[in-house]
Amino acid sequence: MYDGGKIIVGLIIFLLIVTFPFYTNLGRPVTKPTPDLNTPVIKQLKVKECVESKAFMRAEHMKLLNEWRDSAIRNGNRIYINSKGKHYEISLQKTCLNCHSNKDTFCNVCHKYAGVKPYCWSCHFVREEGRG
Amino acid sequence: MSLNRREFLKITGLIGLGIGVSGVNLLLRGRVDASEFLSSPESLVAERWAMVVDVNKFKTEEDYRRIIDACHSIHNVPDFGNKKDEVKWIWTDEFEHAFPEQQNRYLPEWVREKPFPLLCNHCDNPPCVRVCPTKATFKRKDGIVAQDPHRCIGCRFCMAACPYGSRSFNWRDPGPFIKERNPDFPTRSIGVVEKCTFCVERLAKGLEPACVEKSNGGLVFGDLADPNSNVRRLLSTHYTIRRKPELGTQPSVFYIIGGEENA
Repeated sequence: MYDGGKIIVGLIIFLLIVTFPFYTNLGRPVTKPTPDLNTPVIKQLKVKECVESKAFMRAEHMKLLNEWRDSAIRNGNRIYINSKGKHYEISLQKTCLNCHSNKDTFCNVCHKYAGVKPYCWSCHFVREEGRG
Repeated sequence: MSLNRREFLKITGLIGLGIGVSGVNLLLRGRVDASEFLSSPESLVAERWAMVVDVNKFKTEEDYRRIIDACHSIHNVPDFGNKKDEVKWIWTDEFEHAFPEQQNRYLPEWVREKPFPLLCNHCDNPPCVRVCPTKATFKRKDGIVAQDPHRCIGCRFCMAACPYGSRSFNWRDPGPFIKERNPDFPTRSIGVVEKCTFCVERLAKGLEPACVEKSNGGLVFGDLADPNSNVRRLLSTHYTIRRKPELGTQPSVFYIIGGEENA
């Protein structure tokens, strides 16, 4: 092999760069995100439940929001009947953000953990905060 | 292990089927069983929404101000304070600019000088819908030309296509320029186009458009397909004109310019 030493050194450097995120984060404590549910509106609820189950919302809320958006804007259907038969108005601002008025301690916590940057709040804002 | 052609094809087919099934499974994940979408029972419905503007009912500056403020305040329309960046859903202009092909220099003075309330015409053949590359703008079944701002990529083709100037672009972040936010309605972000929606969100609640409500009868809203509707009654008893009808867009906003005897 011509220039074998250079190639191997090069490969090692390449591997070091590619695996950089793994070994730098190795051993670092990972804190599980804990979204805060203590908002004034939620505290007043007798039965503390979201439009669907907690597990479903945690995993699939973005898909549900997309369905809500298409239903309301494209089809003009602005009422959502959940799996238990309960009716909800389809509105990110009036329904979702009414309870979850704490963007910084609810939405952002998991989004930061997962490294995603949804831009919902550039238009949909929380009542008290104005632009959230 | 050696495979003959027949066995190889069988195994490949089975693997393909397996991948297909798991793919479908992935697609269906995230759907909730038994969930449904409904339109609200109190919502106003029509086959073809339309508006009649009785210009004679607009007398003072306040009459125009009232309908514009009603619209712009509930829809969080920003006021940038300059004409270049202006965002407008409903506005006024002179006869000469609103109806350029019907202009002549001997028109009565009141026609030449009166401001005309203008808004999106919710055309039957909307050119904005035709040119939109992402289908962000579309025509609803009830004739309303609606826009999904989530899909707008800000290409502004619709603005070039609209012959009525009904569409505005957010050149800057509109947030700081909204005087008082209506918490029940979203704002827009920088880089999207916006326009009048015939108040779809109010129709869904059984309310007429905000401008109609505040117009003291100057704006009449109704179903063009229903011969007994209030708009059809007005259209059959008054001479009305539409903006730039020669373009074939079939606007749904009609103007009564009947002279003082109709006032």
